[in-house]
Amino acid sequence: MSINYRTIEVGDTLPPLQLSPITRTTLALFAGASGDHNPIHIDSDFAKQAGMPDVFAHGMLSMAWLGRLLTQWVPQRQIVQFNARFAGITHLGDAPLCTGKVIEKLESDGQQLLKIELHVTNQNSETKIIGDALIAI
Amino acid sequence: MISKNHIGRVFPPHTIEIEKGRLRFFAKAIGETDPIYTDEAAAHAAGYPSLPVPPTFLFGLDLEQDSAFGWLDELGLNLERILHGEQSFTYHTPACAGDTLTFESRIADIYDKKNGALEFIIKEIKVTNQHGAHVADLRNTIVQRNG
Repeated sequence: MSINYRTIEVGDTLPPLQLSPITRTTLALFAGASGDHNPIHIDSDFAKQAGMPDVFAHGMLSMAWLGRLLTQWVPQRQIVQFNARFAGITHLGDAPLCTGKVIEKLESDGQQLLKIELHVTNQNSETKIIGDALIAI
Repeated sequence: MISKNHIGRVFPPHTIEIEKGRLRFFAKAIGETDPIYTDEAAAHAAGYPSLPVPPTFLFGLDLEQDSAFGWLDELGLNLERILHGEQSFTYHTPACAGDTLTFESRIADIYDKKNGALEFIIKEIKVTNQHGAHVADLRNTIVQRNG
């Protein structure tokens, strides 16, 4: 898909990305593939010792899904900046939904940019990530 | 409390080669279906010399060190009490399989909120490739919950 700076409008939304419920397998694979071996995400004994009910998802797993949301919309090389604030813990069984919306059209150094607001929520509409991205058009 | 004397502290750089198999494993782990991330022919057709490094992959690569969490110990942080608060990426040059990337990190800031109940550690990481080109900047915010 090609995004046109003139026709795109503030308030336009990106095609959403719905994920399946998170399993321990998801977390084990992501730990190995991403290189983040923090035991809080893969070792339930460690998680309980740390006062958590069980292992929980890496924030970076949800951010990687937000990355998919962006790259299924524009080619990756157009992403200038990508920020996330991890607002809540994503638990086993949560089914994340990634959404994005154009909140600003701006020009900087002769470059046309879109600012995208990003959210990850779970099946109960609880916010897990609030983020934003700058996309060059 | 974590000593603010650590602000400005620079860690030894480390270097890692980007492997195609690892990128395919990452694509599988995040359910990526776009073939440019797993199929070199598709990556070539999209103008990349090999499989591109996806937007957040650099974060994990920075942990590919002998002691990924050793710096937490050095600062007096406790792995059981920390959370990832925020993450930022600023991109300059695309990275692909076959590239060798160097990660240089420093502690940019340390501050606390709620009378020390929450301590924030900001780590900034500059990533460059084998040609010296600036690939990306990462800004990691780690939060330690005290008490």
